[in-house]
Amino acid sequence: MLALVVAHLVLAGLLPLVSARSRPAAFAVAALPPSVALLWAFSQTGPALGGGVTESVAWAPALGLTLSFRLDALALVMIILVSGVGAVILVHSIGYFDRDSPQATRSAALLLAFAGAMLGLVLADDLLTLYVFWELTSIASFLLVGQGGERRAERRAAVQALLVTVFGGLAMLLGFVLLGQAAGTYRISEILADPPRGGLVPVALVLVLLGAFTKSAQLPFHPWLPAAMVAPTPVSAYLHAASMVKAGVYLVARLSPGFADLAVWWAPVVVVGLGTMLVGGWRALGETDLKKVLAFGTVSQLGFLMVLLGAGDRTAALAGAAMLLAHALFKAPLFLTVGTIDHATGTRDLRKLSGLRTALPGTAVAAALAAASMAGLPPLLGFIGKEAAFEAFVDEGGARGYLVAFGLLAGSMLTAAYSARFLWGAFATKPGVEATVVHHRPGALLTGPIWLCAVAGLVLGGAYVLVDLLVMPYAAAYPDEHGYHLALWHGFNIPLLFSALAIGGGLLLHRARATVDALSHHSPVDAQRGYRSTVDGVSRLALVVTGRLQAGSLPVYLGVILVTFILLPGVAAVVAGQWPADQPVYDALVQVPLALVVVVAALALTRSHRRFTAVLLVGVIGYGVGGLFIIDGAPDLALAQFLVETLSMVAFVFVLRRLPAHFTERRPTWLTRLPRLLIAAVGGITVAGIAVVLSAARVGPAVASGEFVRLAPEGAGANNVVSAIIVDFRALDTVGEIGVLFIAAAGVSSLVLATRYDTRRKRESGREQVSSGQSGPDHEREVLG
Amino acid sequence: MTDPDDRADRAGSADADGGGVASTWDGPSQPWLLNGDCRGRQHRSLLLEITTRAVFPTVLVFSVYLLLVGHYGPGGGFSAGLVAGLAFVLRHIAGGGGDLGTGRVVRPPTVFGTGMAVAVLSALLPLAFGLGVLESAKLGVTLPVLGTIEVQTSLLLEVGVYLLIVGVVLELLRSLGTGIERDLDEAGEQPES
Repeated sequence: MLALVVAHLVLAGLLPLVSARSRPAAFAVAALPPSVALLWAFSQTGPALGGGVTESVAWAPALGLTLSFRLDALALVMIILVSGVGAVILVHSIGYFDRDSPQATRSAALLLAFAGAMLGLVLADDLLTLYVFWELTSIASFLLVGQGGERRAERRAAVQALLVTVFGGLAMLLGFVLLGQAAGTYRISEILADPPRGGLVPVALVLVLLGAFTKSAQLPFHPWLPAAMVAPTPVSAYLHAASMVKAGVYLVARLSPGFADLAVWWAPVVVVGLGTMLVGGWRALGETDLKKVLAFGTVSQLGFLMVLLGAGDRTAALAGAAMLLAHALFKAPLFLTVGTIDHATGTRDLRKLSGLRTALPGTAVAAALAAASMAGLPPLLGFIGKEAAFEAFVDEGGARGYLVAFGLLAGSMLTAAYSARFLWGAFATKPGVEATVVHHRPGALLTGPIWLCAVAGLVLGGAYVLVDLLVMPYAAAYPDEHGYHLALWHGFNIPLLFSALAIGGGLLLHRARATVDALSHHSPVDAQRGYRSTVDGVSRLALVVTGRLQAGSLPVYLGVILVTFILLPGVAAVVAGQWPADQPVYDALVQVPLALVVVVAALALTRSHRRFTAVLLVGVIGYGVGGLFIIDGAPDLALAQFLVETLSMVAFVFVLRRLPAHFTERRPTWLTRLPRLLIAAVGGITVAGIAVVLSAARVGPAVASGEFVRLAPEGAGANNVVSAIIVDFRALDTVGEIGVLFIAAAGVSSLVLATRYDTRRKRESGREQVSSGQSGPDHEREVLG
Repeated sequence: MTDPDDRADRAGSADADGGGVASTWDGPSQPWLLNGDCRGRQHRSLLLEITTRAVFPTVLVFSVYLLLVGHYGPGGGFSAGLVAGLAFVLRHIAGGGGDLGTGRVVRPPTVFGTGMAVAVLSALLPLAFGLGVLESAKLGVTLPVLGTIEVQTSLLLEVGVYLLIVGVVLELLRSLGTGIERDLDEAGEQPES
């Protein structure tokens, strides 16, 4: 299974080579790995529906990290969405993207990489493996929504999708860690076999749900999904309808058998899911962009799926898994229909489209089939799923059962209404609107995939036994109370009445579309506004904090550092330290003149007015300290000290050419100088005092030093123990340090170059201000909205 | 070897006669330290130039000595790199930024990038022989005249550090030295020091 996932990712990396020759061919090649994955999954159907197929690859055994995969019934259903629908959408993309479309190269590679990440996500049997793939899909979504980043709407939508889903993802990671620690394992199958209880488990579950809700665009995080509709339509169809947004639903479905008996799990899922279903459906009735209608429809359906899969009931789980399949099979072709219409007419605004029923009859029939499945008309798969959903909650009875059942009924009415709105908007002949001109007739590559998905929904509706076989092993995780099976006909019963009511109510709502349309724009709360004010608030807070902390005054920075030093280690040394009893004044007589030189230079430094003098005096101090190193028998240290001192003097002199010769024009007053003097003096005394106290703090001989000396000649082949430590015993530190130096050098040179670039640009373009940095508040506002 | 006075004159008059000087047996045959594009006569110090000429290769050799001797005495990649860097600093001060700019074949970022790459690769190399990261071993070679020569493999890490430090110093000279000089020239100011 790992090989399959890796094959997707590797091929995605190589795909630009194909794109360079032919872009349509790139999409055709990209469709291959998902097809292979689907065929492989089908070939494993028997064992997968039985005990499940597992595979485990030790990744970092010392840390207990493994890449574990497991193919079971739920994963198989998800693979049909991810790989099956994915391959179909990639084939559609061959026709959708123009031969010279600049987006095609990037989109092909990213879509394939996404398919790989998503495949890894649904196969993962380890919480951390799942998390890695989860975030990979978020990143793929960011890149696919953002496209070239040339248009503002794309940038904003991409950033919003990333911020929301990654925020949830991080919360989820925290939840996973808590859950894994409570269970003692990160293997999902083991956690579900023996779900942990008590302790921090409720907190963990809420955090996990946060991740699932953000990913699946649940209330109040849903606005990112409609905003992401700026992406090319195949991307929307694949990521934001068929697969990625299902990740949250999938996670809930995956964990529900272990936790659905806890109120902390099912209550938020059911409440948020129902709310999302209603709000999404309601908002879909007011949109005029066909893609947005579908996007809010997706939000609504995701809420529906959440309720079904998180409720913790066998029939509901059965309905949820069937709806999961049904949703991908009707929503993907509807998106592809919008893409086809957009491609053919150049618009997807339902106020401008008219008469396409006669102009594009084939597409219209296929779309009608898919929309009928969405609305829940027999004998389509959507109807079967919805019947089971009503059955589950009507049968459960009680307050919860009926509340949920009536909520679902209301949601289903809205679903039927926006299904009708979609068909009417896309294909109807509207009075007063002239017939839309079809520029390019859609080819078989565009319409074929739509037909395939739509007909699959019809065929599976008839062959409900197959669907029942496929999803039953998942639902079997719950106790079997009634022996309910998916079927087209259960007799005249309440669920059938509900289905009829939903469709009838939906058609009535559609008839009253003028009123509903106007009403749906009135909303007391706006989640999108909430998102904006949150982002703005964080941005403003960051500005305030930065403004306070980064005052831009060197004396303040130094003062803060010194006062902290005096207060924390200084006080600690006074309280806990001990002044050594036998502290000699000096070890060797030569130390005295050297120390005097250092002290005098330091004092003179504080009195110097010229920068150049100050630099020279700093040099004197450095060389004096180097001399002290020699006397104490540290020639390596002294050599390095002398060399660094020399080099820093040279660097100082270079920079001094650009600085005024004197520090300030006027001497500061005593009022400002006195506190500085005080802080500096106390700071200096503290450093000296701590040096003495700490040097006396050691009670025994240093074990490590002795071992270093003993091992150096044999272990490191060096007689010089300093060198042995640097390049052998602590070589990792050395590599890290030169890494820091490397980054600093690259940073300094780019800073200097950026400044020079700016000044040159400024000179060339008159007085115009040019800033090389991109991280100004204006830029952020531009991106974040 | 060229007479310094002669060279100074040639450099000064290069602009006047278009740089074409009949090559005589005692004329300069290659741009060794100054390439004729010096900073103007008042900024030149003949004494410094001659000293730099004499000292520069010696210091470089000394830096290699420090690099190799690190295992047995004071020295090592860091000190050796700084010494080599200081040699270039001396050359920069004596010959000006133009000297380094034209005389150098490789760019400073390439040098310190190579250093980093060598260091990281030397850290990972032992993995290929089934050892741990950064583990070192002693390699011995017996040569006819010199006898047995032993090298600790951690010398490779030292070489990486050496290259990185040299590159950082060269980068410093380019950004702070030549760069600021060019800024001053463009702004029409004269350097103060």
